Amino acid sequence: MINSFEDFTEYSASVKEKSLNKPEINILVSLGTCGIAAGTLPVQEEFISQIKERELSSKVELTDVGCMGICYCEPSIELINRKTGKSIIYGNVKRDDVSLILDCLTEKDVKGVDVIKKSWYYPETEDATAGLLQAKIALRNTGRINPEILEEYIFNSGYQALAKVLSSMTPKSIIQEVLQSGLRGRGGGGFPTGKKWDFAAAQKNETKFVICNADEGDPGAFMDRAVLEGDPHSVLEAMAIAGFAIGSHKGFIYIRAEYPLAIKRLQIAIKQSTEFGLLGKNIMGFGFDFEIELRYGAGAFVCGEETALIHSIEGLRGMPTTRPPFPAVAGLWEKPTIVNNVETFANVCAIIRKGAQWYKSIGTETSAGTKVFALAGKINKVGLIEVPMGTNLRDIIYDVGGGIFDGKEFKAVQTGGPSGGCITKDYLDTPIDYETLKSLGSMMGSGGMIVMDEDDCMVNVAKFFLDFTVDESCGKCTPCRIGGKHMYAILDKITKGRASDKDLETLRELCQTVKSSSLCGLGMTCPNPVLSTMKYFENEYREHVADKKCKAHKCPDLITYLIDIGKCIGCSVCAKKCPVQCISGKLKEPHKIDQSKCIKCGECFMACKFAAISRN
Amino acid sequence: MNDIIKIFIDGREIEACQGEKILDAALRNNINIPNLCYDKKLSCTGSCRMCIVSIEDRPVNVPACSTVVENGMKIIAFNDKLEAERKVILDLILSMHNDDCINCVKDGSCDLQDLAFRYDLGRGKRTFHPMWGDAAEYSDSSSQVLNYDATKCIQCQKCIKACQEIQGKGILTLENRGIEAVVSTGYNQWSDSKCDGCGECAQVCPVGALTMKFVYTDGKRFRDKDISKITGTTCPYCGVGCQLDVHTNSENQIIKVTGSESLPNLGSTCVKGRFGLQYSGHKERLKSPMIRRGNSLVECSWNEALAFTAEKLKEIKSIHGGADMIAGMSSARCTNEDNYLFQKFMRTVIGTNNVDHCARICHGSTVASMLTSLGSGAMTNAIADFEKADVIFVTGSNTTETHPVIATAIKRAVLNNNARLIVADPRKIDLVRYAAVWMKQKNGTDIALANGLIHVILKESLQKDDFIKNRTEGFEELKKSVEKYTPEYVEKITGVPADKIIEAARIYGTAQRASIAWTMGITQHACGTDNVTALTNLAVITGNIGREGTGLNPLRGQNNVQGACDMGAQWDSYPGYFQVENETAKNRFESLWKTKLSSKNGIPLTEIMDAVLEGRLKSLYIMGENPAVSEPDLNHTVEALKSLDLLIVQDIFLNETAQYAHVVFPAASALEKNGTFTNTERRVIPVRKVLNMPGQAKEDWEIIQDLAAGMGYFWNYRSWEDIMKEINLVVPQYSGITPERINKGELIQWPCPDSKHPGTSILHGEKFTRGKALLQAVEHIPPAEETSEEYPFVLSTGRNLFHYHTGTMTRKSIALNSFCSDPYFEMNEDDMRELAINEGEKVKILSRRGEIIISARSSKRVEKENLFLPFHFAEAAANMLTINALDPKSKMAELKVCAVNIKRL
Repeated sequence: MINSFEDFTEYSASVKEKSLNKPEINILVSLGTCGIAAGTLPVQEEFISQIKERELSSKVELTDVGCMGICYCEPSIELINRKTGKSIIYGNVKRDDVSLILDCLTEKDVKGVDVIKKSWYYPETEDATAGLLQAKIALRNTGRINPEILEEYIFNSGYQALAKVLSSMTPKSIIQEVLQSGLRGRGGGGFPTGKKWDFAAAQKNETKFVICNADEGDPGAFMDRAVLEGDPHSVLEAMAIAGFAIGSHKGFIYIRAEYPLAIKRLQIAIKQSTEFGLLGKNIMGFGFDFEIELRYGAGAFVCGEETALIHSIEGLRGMPTTRPPFPAVAGLWEKPTIVNNVETFANVCAIIRKGAQWYKSIGTETSAGTKVFALAGKINKVGLIEVPMGTNLRDIIYDVGGGIFDGKEFKAVQTGGPSGGCITKDYLDTPIDYETLKSLGSMMGSGGMIVMDEDDCMVNVAKFFLDFTVDESCGKCTPCRIGGKHMYAILDKITKGRASDKDLETLRELCQTVKSSSLCGLGMTCPNPVLSTMKYFENEYREHVADKKCKAHKCPDLITYLIDIGKCIGCSVCAKKCPVQCISGKLKEPHKIDQSKCIKCGECFMACKFAAISRN
Repeated sequence: MNDIIKIFIDGREIEACQGEKILDAALRNNINIPNLCYDKKLSCTGSCRMCIVSIEDRPVNVPACSTVVENGMKIIAFNDKLEAERKVILDLILSMHNDDCINCVKDGSCDLQDLAFRYDLGRGKRTFHPMWGDAAEYSDSSSQVLNYDATKCIQCQKCIKACQEIQGKGILTLENRGIEAVVSTGYNQWSDSKCDGCGECAQVCPVGALTMKFVYTDGKRFRDKDISKITGTTCPYCGVGCQLDVHTNSENQIIKVTGSESLPNLGSTCVKGRFGLQYSGHKERLKSPMIRRGNSLVECSWNEALAFTAEKLKEIKSIHGGADMIAGMSSARCTNEDNYLFQKFMRTVIGTNNVDHCARICHGSTVASMLTSLGSGAMTNAIADFEKADVIFVTGSNTTETHPVIATAIKRAVLNNNARLIVADPRKIDLVRYAAVWMKQKNGTDIALANGLIHVILKESLQKDDFIKNRTEGFEELKKSVEKYTPEYVEKITGVPADKIIEAARIYGTAQRASIAWTMGITQHACGTDNVTALTNLAVITGNIGREGTGLNPLRGQNNVQGACDMGAQWDSYPGYFQVENETAKNRFESLWKTKLSSKNGIPLTEIMDAVLEGRLKSLYIMGENPAVSEPDLNHTVEALKSLDLLIVQDIFLNETAQYAHVVFPAASALEKNGTFTNTERRVIPVRKVLNMPGQAKEDWEIIQDLAAGMGYFWNYRSWEDIMKEINLVVPQYSGITPERINKGELIQWPCPDSKHPGTSILHGEKFTRGKALLQAVEHIPPAEETSEEYPFVLSTGRNLFHYHTGTMTRKSIALNSFCSDPYFEMNEDDMRELAINEGEKVKILSRRGEIIISARSSKRVEKENLFLPFHFAEAAANMLTINALDPKSKMAELKVCAVNIKRL
């Protein structure tokens, strides 16, 4: 139990001291939800049993950590030599690889095991490293410490920021620090965090609330989950700092119920820090109280919108309401409330420890610091990355992301999830920050990046995202509720080759109306994928409408499979593959496709070894 | 807040109030910004998006309905771009709306239809194809009184908000999301929910989605355009006095009823007011006078009936002391004019003060108590004041069912204003859900409870010493008397835990503005007067009287019980509460009425039956009352009625009492006459003729005048206005409430001393009516009848929402019967289990006075060993069981406590 500042410094020092006696080799096993899904658990088991068998426990420590971000090569482990400070990452580790790794037990390559090049550094403790594009601040502990052990967090400067603000800062100076750091809301809005805190601090009210928005709902975005699974204390600590800054004693973490592991680790973390006197009543003996409660979202995307989220916590239907008043003035139960995203909070402690100037020196002028992106789609190194603001797309996709899958041609990248827009190759060299993305018709959003290649049909992509937002519309305001459905209907018509030029006109006008007249961010941004694809890929739309063609061959209604009689040798492989038996013909005679029955699955096209089947 | 600022809409400078919304300012200035989800009475939803406007220098458009004006704000409400967007939005709404206007009851009064016309969006002009078909599966017509057509619903949420924000019920919600969002009760079907059918939701629906069932026309549908007349009148049920708009067609048939947007109900009604007025046109209405021939009543002419009655009355009157052998029961269901004339008839034509009405078994004890302590027996504040209180103490009142519209005001105070509600009630009534503290006292222990609260308040020095010093007398005696009522002592008597008593006392004692409301749970006791006195002490020592949001607020039961009292339909007072036994008062009335008057108090209502059986009364003239069901101890009552020489019944139905009548006069119902009622807050409100009278029925005052003429008194009142003019002269409180002002639509609260006076919302402001308030020490008295081994259950009687009193009116309504049609009593579920009584099982309830057979309903609301029995049902009349133990001070009967037993059949 920590009852004073001295207790805390003493405890931190003892943690450091204790680590000196730890085994020389530390093996980090990636046990986020993603790692577990990819099969890390059997690997972990194998390590445990072999370390026991080989009596290596004095030499080797096994540490369960959260996601390292290298999803493309899970299960992954990192081997660290505590003496030399050097480390090596092994990817795609299989059970059989364990003995090979333990045989070697150095930070060297092991024959037969994939070695992954580390592509990041930690700006808080390391200088910028040449050739490494990634700089981890929000993810500084994720994949590095055991999230269920408080000591490990403390070892990595945990709760020092809180100790600092309680011992030597005023609420005003904290807000100044955050303001000057240039930190902006990482949930997508990009509103200056310090300003938000300042509004709430200025409200004269005995009761105020701090809410952490962990209702991560964008398809393809998982940075918040990674932080909560890998480094839950960093969020708790930052929330307490925010509470101290605005004069609040109660925090809520609104987390989606679909994140059971994150919930479990948060529960453990809250329990630990409360028991330790780092949360709860009279924190570290400074007389400041702050407690945190979890509230679970029931899976509605719109509850990521702050007013809807607040209503959901209040026990009401999660539906947005018009702002103003903003939550900072009248939020949860009409009390001043700040709502910040997980990633935003994850930056706060580093800013407090290292100072605003340090943070501001990273990133661009308007967008300070780093941003976590979830790289997905047709890219080689799918995963979670953190880069300084201002990094250009080309670097992200071709360097960090390892280029396009299968060597295909890059077509576009969708940023900002279903509310964002697509960016074409013409803009690959744009340094990305809040402003540049907006000017390109997209947005930062929560940081999803879905890469598309030449095989993707952009009409279909827009339809895909719209399908999501239409499904997730809460149904409150007219444009989003009904407009979204009609937008989808028109896109559907286009992909089925039944649309006219007039439909394109209607679609554009409808998108504009929905964008300008919807009640909340969900409605206002849901036309973005349509508008940006219409802007950058107008030809593709025209082809669908005028020529009834989908060049990417993604729109089944616009594809025709034909057998070239000249090339077909009548091997009947295609007929055997066809799931609906619509290919007929005698053996060794050219076959024929019954177009009325064909479901455009493409099985025949892929099965034909003689290129006798054409796709148009 | 109300500072005037300037804003510009499309270049036009207009004045707006600081804090108001752009849309309000625009609409007030006839700038018709289209809107569908906006309602001035509800919080902003901002969902339809039709009212979006641009504001200079702001990047995004804003909804005018939820954007607050700022000084100098430059607003663009109409330009091509905004109008184009509105047209797109409207087009979208129409694509999700079943626009079968030809077959819609809202045709002609539909906001969406109006906008579609305004924006030229007929079917052929729309861009978006209809998609409403799938919504049909969510339509729900299972409610007894409402229809929900999901294909027409535009998701404006007005119904949901009206249910929550106006009614405080929160029955409705949106179900599903996105395009499938529909209004729902959250249950499988509407009728499974707690919806009580008030219909507020249907009244606010801007389209034909939520509509009222056609309960008045046997389901035959009518459109609003089929309505030929809308008559504003007062609801004939409870004392709230809701102003109704009754819509009738060219055949003088009621089509529908809505609440009118005026005080006191501000548009609301309960299920009875909106859906329960069928009785007026019911086939069982009395259409002709009747006279007894042998064992049966036969129809006769008015001349015959009146002549017979007049002769018979003259005959009795001619006996020595004969005038006092005749008694009249006036009616709290009838107008002020009827009551005035009735008591005048009894006092001047008959020559007796034997006139009384059901206030005796209603708020008789309240009036007796408050007249003594304050000088006026009426509700001190206005209904609207509940929403200005920060603490409301409701005791002995199941307000939700007895005064539904006042209950909504209390709920709004709690939900919208964060007022704290204290409930003291033996039953877990609906208001308990809204209460900060619920004190579950044992029946008949209210004095101890109130004294306990006073004890704590004095102990913690929460009383208002200045107020006590300057405006009261008797404080020291009171202080002494409550010394022994420590929370622990009170806990022993009442069963309420001491800490709850302390908590409630602190809440009430520290309030800025605390209001007390009560009804029969306080008054219908043998110690009813003292119960009220104890509450009066509580309010007075904390200074919670004479100011907005405070007060002592007895909620009067009947529509015109206040008026009937004001009009002097009482055994001991003339109109205006002049005491009969006061010589000066008698002289005043003798000179006003130009006749000699009796100086002797009459017989109070609750002693009438005893007097009959003792031979002191030979004739009863009963106007609009049904003592054969409503009196305590019915066997006794019926015996008395049977032994009368002359029983005159004047009513709208051949009710249970009329079975024993010698002559029956058919009267007009409240929907068929003109005049005034006075509601619980002393507001004189109009009664206007909506329907034609059946057969030969006449207005009550006409019948009384005709009977007086038969007795040789020729009055010559030509209309209700003539009578009201006389009331203006006779009743000082009503001096300024002239027929002209009433006809102009003024709804004035008495006292109103002259025709320029605006009326008085709050009594005892500067000074109590009697000068200083009299604090009187009162002690706990146990109920007259306590439980015994033979009669182990405590029975309490009362009302339920769907019926009114003896059910003569409500039980004629199919709509109300569909909610509740048969007699039942509530019993604690554990007791039922122990006695092995099944839900709905018919059992026998016995008291020392009688027995009834009735079905049991298990309930969480009543405590163990307690029973609750609604008294609406003549076939299982609660008053077969009740005791006629009387309060010595007010002659109130103890209807709320008697000991009974239960036997399985």
